[in-house]
Amino acid sequence: MVENGIGASLKRKEDNRFLTGKGNYTDDINRRGQTHVYIVRSPHAHATINSVNTAAAAAAPGVVAVYGGQDLIDDAVGGLVCGASVTGKGGEVNKAPPRNVLTIDKARFVGDPIIAVIAETLAQAKDAAELVEIDYTELPSTVSTANSDADGAPQLHEECPNNVALDWELGDKAAVDAAFAAAHKTAKVELINNRMVTNAMEPRAAVGEYNSGTGDLTLYVTSQNPHVHRLVMSAFMNIMPEHKFRVVAPDVGGGFGSKIFTYNEEAICAWAAKKLDRPVKWTSDRSEGFMSDAHGRDHVSTAEMAMDADGKFLGMRVDSKSNMGAYLQLFSVSIPTLFHGFLLAGQYTTPAIYLEMRCVMTNTAPVDAARGAGRPEATYLLERLVDVSAREMGLDPAEIRRRNFIKADQMPYQTPVVQCYDSGDYDASLDKALGMADYDGFSARQAEAKGRGKLRGIGLSSYIEACGVAPSAAVGSLGVGVGLWESAQVRFNPTGGVTVFTGTHSHGQGHETAFAQLVTERLGVPVENVEVVHGDTDKGQFGMGTYGSRSLPVGGVAIANACDKIIAKGKKIAAHTLEASEDDIEFGDGNFTVAGTDKVMNIAEVAFTAYVPHNYPEGVEPGLDEIAFFDPLNFSFPAGAHVCEVEIDPDTGTLEIVNYTAIDDFGVLVNPMIVEGQVHGGLAHGIGQALLEGCVYDEDSGQLISGSFMDYCMPRADNLPSFNVDYSPTIPLHNPLGVKGCGEAGAIAAPPAVINAIVNALDIKHLDMPATPEKLWRAAQAAG
Amino acid sequence: MATVSMTVNGQAVSGDVEGRTLLVQFLRENLNLTGTHVGCDTSQCGACVVHVNGDSMKSCTMLALEAEGADVTTIEGLAKGGELHPMQQAFKDNHGLQCGFCTPGMVMSAIDLVAKNPNPDEATIREQLEGNICRCTGYHNIVKAVQQAAQGG
Amino acid sequence: MYDFNFHSASSVDDAASKLAAAKDGTVMAGGQTLIPVLKQRLASPSDVVSLAGAGLSGITNNGDSVTIGATTTHAAVAASGDVPAALRSVAEGIGDAQVRNRGTIGGSIANNDPAADYPAALLGLGATVTTNQRDIAADDFFIGLFETALNDGEIVKSVTFPNATKAAYAKFPNPASRYAMVGVFVAQAADGVRVAVTGATDCAHRGPRLEAALSANWSASALDGITIPPENLNSDIHGSAEYRANLVIVMAKRAVEAAG
Repeated sequence: MVENGIGASLKRKEDNRFLTGKGNYTDDINRRGQTHVYIVRSPHAHATINSVNTAAAAAAPGVVAVYGGQDLIDDAVGGLVCGASVTGKGGEVNKAPPRNVLTIDKARFVGDPIIAVIAETLAQAKDAAELVEIDYTELPSTVSTANSDADGAPQLHEECPNNVALDWELGDKAAVDAAFAAAHKTAKVELINNRMVTNAMEPRAAVGEYNSGTGDLTLYVTSQNPHVHRLVMSAFMNIMPEHKFRVVAPDVGGGFGSKIFTYNEEAICAWAAKKLDRPVKWTSDRSEGFMSDAHGRDHVSTAEMAMDADGKFLGMRVDSKSNMGAYLQLFSVSIPTLFHGFLLAGQYTTPAIYLEMRCVMTNTAPVDAARGAGRPEATYLLERLVDVSAREMGLDPAEIRRRNFIKADQMPYQTPVVQCYDSGDYDASLDKALGMADYDGFSARQAEAKGRGKLRGIGLSSYIEACGVAPSAAVGSLGVGVGLWESAQVRFNPTGGVTVFTGTHSHGQGHETAFAQLVTERLGVPVENVEVVHGDTDKGQFGMGTYGSRSLPVGGVAIANACDKIIAKGKKIAAHTLEASEDDIEFGDGNFTVAGTDKVMNIAEVAFTAYVPHNYPEGVEPGLDEIAFFDPLNFSFPAGAHVCEVEIDPDTGTLEIVNYTAIDDFGVLVNPMIVEGQVHGGLAHGIGQALLEGCVYDEDSGQLISGSFMDYCMPRADNLPSFNVDYSPTIPLHNPLGVKGCGEAGAIAAPPAVINAIVNALDIKHLDMPATPEKLWRAAQAAG
Repeated sequence: MATVSMTVNGQAVSGDVEGRTLLVQFLRENLNLTGTHVGCDTSQCGACVVHVNGDSMKSCTMLALEAEGADVTTIEGLAKGGELHPMQQAFKDNHGLQCGFCTPGMVMSAIDLVAKNPNPDEATIREQLEGNICRCTGYHNIVKAVQQAAQGG
Repeated sequence: MYDFNFHSASSVDDAASKLAAAKDGTVMAGGQTLIPVLKQRLASPSDVVSLAGAGLSGITNNGDSVTIGATTTHAAVAASGDVPAALRSVAEGIGDAQVRNRGTIGGSIANNDPAADYPAALLGLGATVTTNQRDIAADDFFIGLFETALNDGEIVKSVTFPNATKAAYAKFPNPASRYAMVGVFVAQAADGVRVAVTGATDCAHRGPRLEAALSANWSASALDGITIPPENLNSDIHGSAEYRANLVIVMAKRAVEAAG
């Protein structure tokens, strides 16, 4: 076994710089001659912009330029794009209303960018921004997911009659109707998947810099996918051709989806840097982030299950609406449709499923992918419905799950909603989770809690997600506008060190460590001699970035494949040097060996030979530097069983999570320490959604009420327990490394586990997230 | 503009600032000590925590001029001679950081926490870290790190 | 933030004269409320006068009462052996550790945030506020939303808390801001039973019906059956008026139980 290879909980290579203040985040970057931009945003949810007067601002001290949307249009800069074209009912593709970088005629949400003020200092830009005079006519607004498509609702875009961007359906309606007609019992739940603000701790930021001597533009930006940023700004926004445009995503302080997208402010920094021939910097305030970052979730749904007399699921019907906000972001409608609908089978054999999803426009910030992206919504809906079904049937929630699980020997399993699962043992995960959580001992603990005046409940969540996004042909056929392969370059330096370039991006996931372990395992090079480089379009080959738990299942395989190319070439060089046939060369633990002999050549020696090819095989190129692209054959399907146990104080509604057990199937773990950390973080995100977090707009005014950490409740250390985490792995058929992805699991699994525990404690059918103390208190009072 | 002087990480420093210049701006912009971060504008996230005269404080909620004559320690001032401070080491050992953005403030708060609570239990650690928000770790490993540092120190 | 002139006062008199000389000046103690307000550009003082060097920090206990200097931090109060436990617990629960290391009692009460903790303690213990001009009874000090009896140019020097036979504070924090959604301070004070409520309305206030009930019977059960009308209570996304009304009673009971 290779030291520090796959399976080692190696301490992270990146930690020392973060722990000593030597990280390099976008806001840490300052360029000579830098200016600062501040964005004037709409204070209204919906308003006509009658006129804008920037004369006073332009004349204010330190002001370099004041720009509006027309200035970008005059420079042929295109608007922000929606990258999804999803085909809905009647073959109709989603509407994609245009969006200027700075809106001109109309503001459609609180925070909609209108004017960019650029000055020598940020304080001067802010001071001048107050002098911008905008004459608005306020319009009625609509923020409601459920009602924005109603007759008479204020209309956002001419292109979207009734504010509907897409009417989408999935599945066999007739089969589902037949299942309900034949059902012994049915269950129904109406639920809200609460809107979340992603809130990576690093606010978004960008610095644009232009070199008028070379004509090169550089954008430093908080991005999960710098190549995609460059592609969008080049191909669709016409800011700069790709070959003259460098995008750098340096250390990025968390993303969780919100830093996938190309944003207005980033485009302004890039464009204005060239226009002014001076660096332009923008850093978001947190309150700006609340207004202008893409939000997540925000569905309202009705879900129904038809069951036979044994509680077997016969059919499932979902009627749902999702809030897209005021404009369609990059993935937008693909999230509530493809990434949501395709997971609705969950871990169950439900033979017929039908989903109707209406994507509506509202006077709110755009909504797009956020940690889990569609899969948390699907899992929450399904795992709540399963518990309601158990309640209807009088079955234990664990028992109804077991009766409906897809069994391990049924793999691969084709669901009725497109996905074909390639591995999984859901009984095994559940059994292990119930054992670890002492499910059997719960009633005694509940009775003991009752003696202390506390209501105790236990809840399950058997989740599955589709990760490793994604097979390009599959997503292309569904309307996603890009390929979702990944690339890697593995370069031996002449002195034996290895530099790995990956098209994925690390913003907390520890790629610099885990990917190095992968190379160490594959090539036998000491892990300290492997350096992983990412986040710079000038350094690495093209890549699609990091989201959808894809970095290891897709990007990792690309690295492994590049390593295999290195080995294949190395065999030719070693065979020549060792005077053996290439077929007789074996590779292991970093050594090329002539089979059955003691003739050996270390890979570092081979690398040196490749760069100093004095005695070299004919027809072989010098150098040892290989690129591989990998397009996955299928999604990966992480799954698991989580158990949450809570206690509620009925007098105040205060809730404590007294036990949380997570059993996950991620396949092979490359660095178990990092994986466990990803689980913890996902759980905090999911528990935050279940208990604390809710983005609230005022129904009448459209104002963002939860616009800062004073009103948007982020999970703190004292809101959370320590977690019990273990694994129940199965090996996927399709992934060459046997890995599945782990970054989103907790956020997907936790919300229904927590809410199922709460409804169990209160003996009620349902309670919407976030389960605030007041909601719990009211439910406890009503329950007596 | 006024001149402010203080000791930062053991070195006497001074600079010209406005009345409204925050301590964190002075550290980041005047001294280029960019390890201290700004994660919110309502004094809640704690990414900006530094030590002022030995106590942890939010440098985003303090004027630079208020620190006149003060002894300030930032994340850059902890490691000595290439050796991580025991709290930094504990965060590394326990995977108490992911993206690293909240980490400097979290470490500075944790050091103050242990200084004032030499044997903190889990509940105390969690309560005392309420002024520091982390979106990545779920706090589990941060709590473990603080426990390790407290036991080792 | 708008720019302003910063001054460091060497004494209260110095602060008062600097304030008098300013066009539109304000004093600052720990700045834990003022600086966030300034950052949001919700205030635009011409001058900010810091009291940090004015010699107002310190705690003295003369046996009958404890006097806390205006710029004494919450952390110092929480850690002081000279401060009664109930008051220490109030200080311990304000903000977070870093805010407590900088925020001060004088700053808190002069700001009079409707969800601040100290106003309940001052009312609950019948404290006296000493300024550079006079002594003001707590009952007369807190007037309304962010409003106190302080005149322009009047600066809090200290707060004196008389000893109480029994006292305790119970707080239900707003889950996001950690300010008091409802906080109730109860005491068997020198002049009888006192109950003070913060967070529930636009200003901390005493609860006469709760005081009457507890005067008759100092026990949590004495509050059974009392309901708080929700009409004038605060209501927001974290808690309705009805919920706050419930919390007033629950927190009052818990405070009585904690006081013993």
